[in-house]
Amino acid sequence: MWEMIYIASSLRLPIVMSLVNRAVSGPLNIHCDHSDAMGARDSGWVMLFSENNQEAYDNLIMAHRIAEHKDVLLPLMVCQDGFITSHSIENIELIEDDKVKEFVGTYHPEHYLLNEKEQMAIGPLDVQSYLFEHKYQQAEAMRNAKKVIADVAKDFEKMTGRKYSFFEEYMLEDADIAIVCMNSTAGTAKTVVDELRANGVKAGLLKVRMFRPFPTEEIAKALGHLKAVAVMDRSDSLNGAGGALFEDVVSSMYVGQKQVPTVSYIYGIGGRDTTSKDIHEVYSYLQEVVDSGKIDNPYRYVGLRK
Amino acid sequence: MSTKIDKNTPVQDMTIAGNIYEAGNAMEFKTGDWRSIRPKYISEKCTQCGLCFPVCPDNAIPVGKDQKRTDFNYDYCKGCGVCAKVCPFKAIEMVDEGEK
Repeated sequence: MWEMIYIASSLRLPIVMSLVNRAVSGPLNIHCDHSDAMGARDSGWVMLFSENNQEAYDNLIMAHRIAEHKDVLLPLMVCQDGFITSHSIENIELIEDDKVKEFVGTYHPEHYLLNEKEQMAIGPLDVQSYLFEHKYQQAEAMRNAKKVIADVAKDFEKMTGRKYSFFEEYMLEDADIAIVCMNSTAGTAKTVVDELRANGVKAGLLKVRMFRPFPTEEIAKALGHLKAVAVMDRSDSLNGAGGALFEDVVSSMYVGQKQVPTVSYIYGIGGRDTTSKDIHEVYSYLQEVVDSGKIDNPYRYVGLRK
Repeated sequence: MSTKIDKNTPVQDMTIAGNIYEAGNAMEFKTGDWRSIRPKYISEKCTQCGLCFPVCPDNAIPVGKDQKRTDFNYDYCKGCGVCAKVCPFKAIEMVDEGEK
């Protein structure tokens, strides 16, 4: 399947896939983590993450217009947590069919294989003289996707009143310490932020929605004022260092010239529950970092039996 | 649309995904320089039996209107040697590239 994921994006096919995130075995496990999505993170698909079923539904309605936009023409995956949200019951606001149809529109490709008026070869041999340029075109399309995602979200807000940005900031503006994460754990983290705020701890949260393209400048700007940050990955990159989201956040900060002590937390592998107690543990460590000015180990785990 | 695209075409002038919007373009892709051994056509041994050209995976054995084959087109021959294998009359011999 992996090669096909790359073929879909390199042939510029605006496929929309609902990716219900589950662990890639082995040993055999089908429960929630993000190792499937992270394995595909360099494959050239636009990737949107969803905290709950409402967001998954809304992202999927926006997805076709993003993928099919002439400046993009890339496949798009909408991610949500396997079982944790995909197999749970939740009340969501539905949009009437006719409104959705009007919003999504009809795709009229400029070129297509079954056009009898134009002969066409798709996916021809692309040797040393050509592949570099075609990959650059994909990279440009991914950069273009940023504006299209923002524009489509604006139209979506007009229709539904629900606002979607590249990421959601929760109590972040005046925070001292913050967690960065994706999907359902953001919901748990919000509860913990509320509890900490009630006790006078200035905790905040940044929940990434748009993972590909990655909003580097915006993230550096949103996190630059903090005293300590924990980036939580539900997939271990097994690179002897931090998770994939951690790497992207840290490189965004470095390039944006924002120096904030940052740690990586791997959590919830193979569907391990991540409770508010676990999230409290992460914020406590961040507070320790702020108080001591030291990080004893930046590559951390939470919820792991030791 | 049939803009010619070659190894000097800048990225902004290339079609996306390498799509080609015309047919019959494989002729323009000359693969003969992949060859390390070459078939040698020995015309005096050839009986024009017609076994070699159908097995050629490319366009390297020209056949005229008279149904007779002529010498190899080395622009397309990759030197696979299938034609030499199939020839019952030893009219095709594989030799190292560079040899006469």
